[in-house]
Amino acid sequence: MAMIIDRRLDGRNKSAVNRQRLMRRYKQQIKKSVSDAISKRSITDTQSGEKINIPAKDVKEPIIHHGQGGIHENVHPGNKQFSQGDEVRRPEKSGQGGGGSQASNSGEGEDDFGFEISKDEYLDLLFEELALPNLVKTKVVAQSAKTLVRAGFSNTGVASNLNLLRTMRRAKGRKIAIASPYSKRCRELQQLLELELEKKPHNEEKIKGLREELALLRSRIDAIPFIDTYDLKFNQFIPQPKPITQAVMFCIMDVSGSMSQATKDIAKRFFILLYLFLSRSYEKTDVVFIRHHTSAKEVDEEEFFYSRETGGTIVSSALKLMRDIIRDRYPTEDWNIYAAQASDGDNWEDDSATCRNLMIDSIMPYLQYYAYVEIHNQEHQGLWREYEKVCTAFETFSMKQIRDAGEIYPVFHELFKRQEA
Amino acid sequence: MNTPGGKQHSDDKRQPTPERNRVISTESDWTFDLIDRYNQEIERIAKDVYHLDCYPVQLELISSEQMMDAYASVGMPIGYNHWSFGKQFVITEKNYKRGQMNLAYEIVINSNPCIAYLMEENTLTMQALVIAHAAYGHNSFFKGNYLFKIWTDAEAIIDYLIFAKNYIAECEEKHGIQEVEEILDSCHALMNFGVDRYKRRAGETLEDEPHVQSDRELILQHHVNELWRQLNIHEPQEKENKSKRIPPEPQENILYFLEKNAPLLKPWQREIIRIVRKIAQYFYPQRQTQVMNEGWACFWHYTIMNHMYDEGLINDAAMLEFMHTHTNVIAQPDFDSPYYSGINPYALGFKMMMDIRNICENPTEEDLQWFPDIARSDWQTTLDFAMRNFKDESFIGQYLSPRLIREFRLFSVLDDDREENLSISAIHDDAGYRAVREKLSAQYNLSNREPNLQVYNVDHQGDRTLTLRYYKDRNRPLSDTTNEVIKHLHRLWGFKVEIESVESDGETRITHRCPQPASEELTID
Repeated sequence: MAMIIDRRLDGRNKSAVNRQRLMRRYKQQIKKSVSDAISKRSITDTQSGEKINIPAKDVKEPIIHHGQGGIHENVHPGNKQFSQGDEVRRPEKSGQGGGGSQASNSGEGEDDFGFEISKDEYLDLLFEELALPNLVKTKVVAQSAKTLVRAGFSNTGVASNLNLLRTMRRAKGRKIAIASPYSKRCRELQQLLELELEKKPHNEEKIKGLREELALLRSRIDAIPFIDTYDLKFNQFIPQPKPITQAVMFCIMDVSGSMSQATKDIAKRFFILLYLFLSRSYEKTDVVFIRHHTSAKEVDEEEFFYSRETGGTIVSSALKLMRDIIRDRYPTEDWNIYAAQASDGDNWEDDSATCRNLMIDSIMPYLQYYAYVEIHNQEHQGLWREYEKVCTAFETFSMKQIRDAGEIYPVFHELFKRQEA
Repeated sequence: MNTPGGKQHSDDKRQPTPERNRVISTESDWTFDLIDRYNQEIERIAKDVYHLDCYPVQLELISSEQMMDAYASVGMPIGYNHWSFGKQFVITEKNYKRGQMNLAYEIVINSNPCIAYLMEENTLTMQALVIAHAAYGHNSFFKGNYLFKIWTDAEAIIDYLIFAKNYIAECEEKHGIQEVEEILDSCHALMNFGVDRYKRRAGETLEDEPHVQSDRELILQHHVNELWRQLNIHEPQEKENKSKRIPPEPQENILYFLEKNAPLLKPWQREIIRIVRKIAQYFYPQRQTQVMNEGWACFWHYTIMNHMYDEGLINDAAMLEFMHTHTNVIAQPDFDSPYYSGINPYALGFKMMMDIRNICENPTEEDLQWFPDIARSDWQTTLDFAMRNFKDESFIGQYLSPRLIREFRLFSVLDDDREENLSISAIHDDAGYRAVREKLSAQYNLSNREPNLQVYNVDHQGDRTLTLRYYKDRNRPLSDTTNEVIKHLHRLWGFKVEIESVESDGETRITHRCPQPASEELTID
């Protein structure tokens, strides 16, 4: 009689460990593949997983077998026109003819070894070792999430929080304290009474007097209330804010006429990377998108990345807007403020100095971090030089140049690399 | 299990002919009850009608994901952890998702009881096919074939695999994943050279393995110390030492040699080598009997399913579905087809088994001439004999008939790199039958297919260089991957490793070396 066993429910993901081993082993290649991917993949699918390619030669498990050359003789099926002794041109490079028997040994073909990683695996790899600098800020603020924690006892409260043990203990103590003079007198009278009772001719009058006094005292003791409002003790709970690290990220992008489509594309990717990173790293993160040409405008995410506008460039307009938003909505005692700006470095010549002053006087002092990326491959222009001054003044300001899309990831990595404590 | 045919079913009324009363089910969805009934019928037919001798059967219903797991761990129901299995899983998953692969067949464990996996996605007919194919076909082959009898322990394999998995997990904990992975990588690279080909070592059974493992660690270390002792001491006795070679005779089981003799390995590393070697040995018979094993299983699923149809246990619809699948399985694309990837062992094996039955039952003039000994014999006895006493190489050499050579239109191609062109050395004609058969047989000879590489010498007087000899056959060089594998050899051995090639003219020449000498240019062909 055969056994029939239903195994469908147990041992799922038996290969999960082996998959992790694979990922662990090829981390370098996979990471390279991921960083290649971020420069190539389109903006809309940053939320999906990624296909990883590892060069076939790296994953190969080498074994010794016969190589090309020498004499090979193989039997094949399906002869159509050959007769014994026929000569056939040797097929170009391997193919069937030659080492057919080896084909099965060497396993996979020469293609790259490709496989899909999930979105989470992808993002983990992408953001590994990255953390926003100075994350721990002075203030941890109470947000919507609060939890009730025990906070000792109080004299007032609702009945359901009554602490019986403590209440009764207090009641008992109070009763003992208030009754104590009476009790003492009671004991004395009792002794006197016993003495009188022992005397042979009873002094009836004295005994009666003692008994009356004793009864009076006992009724006084009985009159002490069993429980009084003073005795009541309640468990106390107070709401405590759950610590949430709040951060706001300003994304500033130049969408002026001087920004070519390719440049904008790179900038977009930089921000996408940022946005993904933020929404992963912080429980609460606000993101403010500011796009500017000659005037700046706060927009939503959709518009920031996808709508098109052109015009001249006045960078200070965006900085002013940012300054105002910070003042109005993000008090520095409650928020960690980060900002990232992408531009092609083009600006009205007079404006750059204004930018510098704005930065130094009214923006940088309040910011945790400001990252500036310039996307172009020519000489630096005025804005870069002015920003260099900001950079020397503030450690929290950093600037980098990106030449093409492939450089985003390394720059991003460097800008936000985990700061050694 | 003795179930007489006439079963009662709700379908009865819809089936007018009395024969159809016996149909087990007309549904295509399976239930546990139906699988059980099918299994009972198949078991009855296999054992009572065709006298197959099988291990007890254990059918396990699994999901497709679990099937991929099983594929990935090369059919070991319990595998230790290694990245290569993860890689295999990823490849399997990819192929399966693309629909390039059918997961229906083929996972059956050579164990007692014999475990056969049934995948939940399959239809009832497919389940029946798999039961017949794996649980009775492969099963009886595992139990009967001489190679499996000699080399594998169906009783103990599951326990051994559990031991191996636990042992390796323990090592990972003690010594780190990285270290263990490195040893395993090296062992896997040499896995094909970790088998005894001719003789089973006495007294080694998998059953005892876990129990004697800790003793062995000690003993092994003593052995190795022997090798060390001979290094520097006793200078005057050099002559005597010189005559004493290590190994005394060339050793073809390289992993065995390393396990016993590599000077620097720690006891747990030796044990891991042993585990890989044991598993390689366990699978060695399967590699030598692919055509026979699959042919035998296909022959029986075909015969049993037809028998069930004749008894009216399955209906026309099921039979058509079966035939469709069966035909796909035994399809053999021609050499010039884009789907060609060598000879399909299912096709060749199945056709040969069918052919043998045919020769027994209805021999032609040609058959009488070629197979006088089996023509008109009892086909069951003859097939049983063939299954028990051959491996692919000898099976083809013995039984491949001219008729099949014609049917497959087999021809052999000679590729000599000294000639400009390939030449057709034999085809399916009178002059070529024997040659084709011989060449095909040789093609399945593992010792032809794998390079003849043996541990030849250890320079125990000098720098402990390990020399392996490659006996060059038909002038075929070692593959380029040898340069990678020799690094693994070096990792295990711990000192210099050389491979010298014995050319056809008898001359010996060093072809591979690790570590590579800095100055000297090596000629590697």
